[in-house]
Amino acid sequence: MALVSRGFGRRRSATTDDRLPPGQYDTGDQFPVLSAGPTPRTPLAEWDLVVRGEVAAPQTWTWEEFRELPRESVSVDIHCVTKWSKFDTRWEGVSVDTLLADAGVEGSYVVAFSDGGYTTNLPLDDVTGGRAWVVDTYDGQPLAPEHGGPARLLVPHLYFWKSAKWVRGLSVRPRNEPGFWETFGYHDRGDPWREQRYSGD
Amino acid sequence: MARAAVQRRLTWLRARLTDNLPASTRVRRLVFDVDGWPGHLPGQHVDVRLTAEDGYTAQRSYSIASPPEDPRLHLLVEDLPGGEVSPYLTEEMQAGDDLELRGPIGGYFVWSAAADAATPADRRRPVQLVAGGAGVSPFLAMLDHARRAGDPTPVRLLYSARTADDVLGGDLLGPGATVTLTRGAPPDWTGPTGRVDGALLQEHAFPPDARPRVFVCGPTVFVETVATTLVDLGHSPSAIRLERFGGTGDPA
Ligand SMILES: Cc1cc2nc3c(=O)[nH]c(=O)nc-3n(C[C@H](O)[C@H](O)[C@H](O)COP(=O)(O)OP(=O)(O)OC[C@H]3O[C@@H](n4cnc5c(N)ncnc54)[C@H](O)[C@@H]3O)c2cc1C
Repeated sequence: MALVSRGFGRRRSATTDDRLPPGQYDTGDQFPVLSAGPTPRTPLAEWDLVVRGEVAAPQTWTWEEFRELPRESVSVDIHCVTKWSKFDTRWEGVSVDTLLADAGVEGSYVVAFSDGGYTTNLPLDDVTGGRAWVVDTYDGQPLAPEHGGPARLLVPHLYFWKSAKWVRGLSVRPRNEPGFWETFGYHDRGDPWREQRYSGD
Repeated sequence: MARAAVQRRLTWLRARLTDNLPASTRVRRLVFDVDGWPGHLPGQHVDVRLTAEDGYTAQRSYSIASPPEDPRLHLLVEDLPGGEVSPYLTEEMQAGDDLELRGPIGGYFVWSAAADAATPADRRRPVQLVAGGAGVSPFLAMLDHARRAGDPTPVRLLYSARTADDVLGGDLLGPGATVTLTRGAPPDWTGPTGRVDGALLQEHAFPPDARPRVFVCGPTVFVETVATTLVDLGHSPSAIRLERFGGTGDPA
């Protein structure tokens, strides 16, 4: 039974939008920035994207090769664990299905890893079946460094810390291993509709 | 830190306000008694939840300003006019009122003398703290803890405040602290003025070759700017930890 705070009332506009998961607010035109360390800046000439781990055939793409892969445009709502949501964000990039297609995946989990050392873990089912992308374009423009450019993972149906910024690859794993925020008490899966913010939610 | 310590289930706890005190012109110090508080490390935060009569709830994060040694939880809350939660906390809540909170949250933005104790004093990397406004709050917990623990780790704080009346922390700031005032200084002010930039960091912060562990906390834009400047000055990105309070003017 929640404790009622005497005299407290809603001050934000009453958005009873059914696109808003519990505890979230619509941040409108803003696009807040969140990360645990400074923004890394890897020159494109040194950038590559890899698929490795429990796979029959590890994959590597240079920036040019990545840009040649079949691309998709997605328009999705995103939800950050710090309580903002942003509707109809427009991205372009490569489906994770495409990236895994020739790898011969032999595990059921992935760890996405990034420049700067960030990692996040996901069940394979959450990044396949047209539910996840590596994107390099936001709103028609190259993805800005503070938002994860040159490329980030996009897993819009989970809290946005799962959408690793500055992503450099996916490591397929036989077992679930917690990533960066997951080690610090954030929820293992992070489904915004179940409000899975912290471990145990 | 041990994973077991942070993977504990976070439940909502009842917290009773014991004091609501002015801390500066726009910030109040809220002191809580929390039933079943599991303890925390300096740098961690709590989530506070308010519930209206009609069931509407709002949650916000606040850094813990008190050290683990203090049995009460102190928060330093800036009153943001027009905000949904901060004016309620600072203006409406009185001693004896209850609210719900959960925590401690966040095991990354942490510096604790206890965790350092395993490293011999002469091999400890110094600690550089950089605060903007109410972002000094977690650093006050760190400094208070280090002082009580008698931690010999060299620590410096570079702290940007609007005016002299906005400076939080009192004598916890100590000789390792430099305050810079961004919106005008009193006539007898001897410290620096202006925003934290490369020149101020070079003059008042540990240099990159001292290999400091750097913590930056404050409004989002402040944190973003300082982090970029630190990297430009040659600090290792992996040595820099950030905590962003949000606020208007987020890069779009
Ligand atoms: C880890 C962490 C630690 C923090 N620690 C502290 C601390 O120690 N002390 C402290 O004072 N603050 C702290 N904060 C900030 C705090 O959580 C709140 O954001 C702050 O108190 C403002 O809340 P509010 O409800 O008063 O204002 P809000 O009503 O949330 O408004 C503040 C701003 O949020 C945005 N916003 C909010 N709601 C909407 C909406 N419906 N539509 C559009 N924009 C919106 C706007 O930019 C607005 O200007 C911390 C934040 C984080 C993430």
